[in-house]
Amino acid sequence: MGGLELKEEEFFAQGHRACAGCAEALAIRLALKATGKNVIVAEATGCMEVVSTPYPQTAWKVPWIHGAFENAAAIASGIEVALKVLGKDIKPVAFAGDGGTADIGLQALSGALERGHNFLYICLDNEAYMNTGIQRSGTTPFTAWTTTTPVGRVKRGEDRSKKDMPAIVAAHHVPYVATASVGYPWDYVEKVKKAMEINGPCYIHVHCPCPTGWRYDPKLTIKLARLAVDTGAWILYEMEGGKIRVTFKPEKRRPVREYLKLQGRFAHLSETEIDEIQREVDSNCRKLGIGWY
Amino acid sequence: MRRVLNGNEAAAMAAKLARVQVISAYPITPQTVVVETLAKFVADGELDAEFVKVESEHSALSVCLGASATGARAFTATSSQGLMLMSEILYVVSGMRLPIVMTNANRSLSAPLSIWNDQQDSMAVRDSGWVQLYCENNQEILDSVLQAFRLAEQVFLPVMVCYDGYILSHTVEPVDVPEQDEVDSFLPPYSPKFKLDPEHPITMGAVGVPEVYQEFRYQQHEATELAKKKLVEVDEEFGKRFGRKYGMMEEYRTDDADIILLTMGSLAGTIKEVVDRWRGRGEKVGLVKLRLYRPFPAEELAEVLMGAKAVGVVEKDISMGWVGALYTDVVAAFANVKRRPLFLDFVMGLGGRDVKFSDLDEVIEITSGAASSGEVGKVLHWIGLDVEKVR
Repeated sequence: MGGLELKEEEFFAQGHRACAGCAEALAIRLALKATGKNVIVAEATGCMEVVSTPYPQTAWKVPWIHGAFENAAAIASGIEVALKVLGKDIKPVAFAGDGGTADIGLQALSGALERGHNFLYICLDNEAYMNTGIQRSGTTPFTAWTTTTPVGRVKRGEDRSKKDMPAIVAAHHVPYVATASVGYPWDYVEKVKKAMEINGPCYIHVHCPCPTGWRYDPKLTIKLARLAVDTGAWILYEMEGGKIRVTFKPEKRRPVREYLKLQGRFAHLSETEIDEIQREVDSNCRKLGIGWY
Repeated sequence: MRRVLNGNEAAAMAAKLARVQVISAYPITPQTVVVETLAKFVADGELDAEFVKVESEHSALSVCLGASATGARAFTATSSQGLMLMSEILYVVSGMRLPIVMTNANRSLSAPLSIWNDQQDSMAVRDSGWVQLYCENNQEILDSVLQAFRLAEQVFLPVMVCYDGYILSHTVEPVDVPEQDEVDSFLPPYSPKFKLDPEHPITMGAVGVPEVYQEFRYQQHEATELAKKKLVEVDEEFGKRFGRKYGMMEEYRTDDADIILLTMGSLAGTIKEVVDRWRGRGEKVGLVKLRLYRPFPAEELAEVLMGAKAVGVVEKDISMGWVGALYTDVVAAFANVKRRPLFLDFVMGLGGRDVKFSDLDEVIEITSGAASSGEVGKVLHWIGLDVEKVR
């Protein structure tokens, strides 16, 4: 640690309309500090697009474009080929939420990855459709409450596990895939820097706690982001050449209960359900060699 | 140079002559040959462009969007279901004022599935803010694509060049292909004032709050209106350089006509033949071939049709539960004109149904009957319908 070198210059300006404690805004701000100003951003429809560009205002100090919900990867593809024909050496970056990536944008992303465009795609995963008001997405975790996975007499929140988006991307045999967290900024920033140096499609999936959708006090965003990693509910790794490397192992893995208990979306969980989640987390950690220490 | 080309090849040849820099398209019948021909041009090094092999039409147009916003001349081609899949992005492109050019080989829409021709596809997106040109023959396709780039880049609007699937897309005709240097002097390189550039960062595709949205639409509408005048200028200049011009519409034997048929696309060629036959029998029949459908040249059209006793609109689309779309447009053009003909609507040729001379004779007979009686009677006529099948 201690190697965190960040530009003081801001490329994502303050004054945007994101909620207090928004991790996605932080993820964008950090990413742009890593890329510097020589970048072009394509962004999907979502919270970040809405809060950052109410005309005539903009929070973006780098060239930025938004087209629609599901096509950030396709627009980035178009930017990349145009830069190529115009003879400019710039690596475009696409930002999209979990819905814009794992659900509605999956096809456009797959096409762009397969074609091998030289771009970086950053998925800002807050685990539900927060812009429309907390509806479940493909990355909503098991048992989480959302407005479309309500907790009632018969149903107990989301009934499926989180879609393994990085693995889907990795199946395209792209040069770089990584997970990251706003709770571990140096790990995230280094991954962005590394991805920007690699030629070809790169993908970073950033875990972004959302106070509004996860139902917690906004001051806890970083604490929750770190707890997700420290409990093994979210694992920080990178994949290159088909090999996976865990980039941060918690010194002592904490029980997942600590992460779940701070969030209103998991308030309904019984001890049995928490145990079930703990078993899933343990299984995922075992696969990547993360023990209890 | 005179070449024998089908409509799709003419479209591809024009894109090549326009020195497009980014091509992104997805195969769909009957447009596929456009994509194949351009892919071959790039593969053979005859065209220095990026050919992006996308996974859908939605992405095809999205790639063009990104490329155009970055400052490259972008082209795509599609048809039918592909155009429907693009429809969301059609509005995004026009709203962002990106001068992308697209060719659409007109094909009917599913269901039932049909790969054959009518014009329901492009008529369905007539309000999407794209300039729409309809072509009668393959020469007109090539010339219209070249004009389309020039027009698009002057008014910052996307242009859709439409031509009938199979009837033109798969039919070979002699086409005069201009020399590259002639085209170069007509169509200068694309260099937009606003583009995605780290040296001058701008935000494109922002949120339009209620305080500004309507003004955006107003300006877009104004620009589209302006495209009418600009098309005429571009067409005039094209005419001077290449000896061919088309205007917003073509009038065929309309000067003293009592009966005028109005149509778009390849049917115009067939109707000209029918008009000649009726003229041979001393009947005062004429044709207006509408080339520019959006922006709609309402005043100009009213001027041309005003003197007729009856107008028969001949179209390959239907606004279900009402009449054909072109009929509603032309009638609206006369809403406040005192001297007006009677209007009848003839829907035909849907889903590739062949349009025969006898069908057009029937159209003229019905229109003529209205003209002499002064009564329209029924407005909408389905021509060529097999009544046995719908009993």
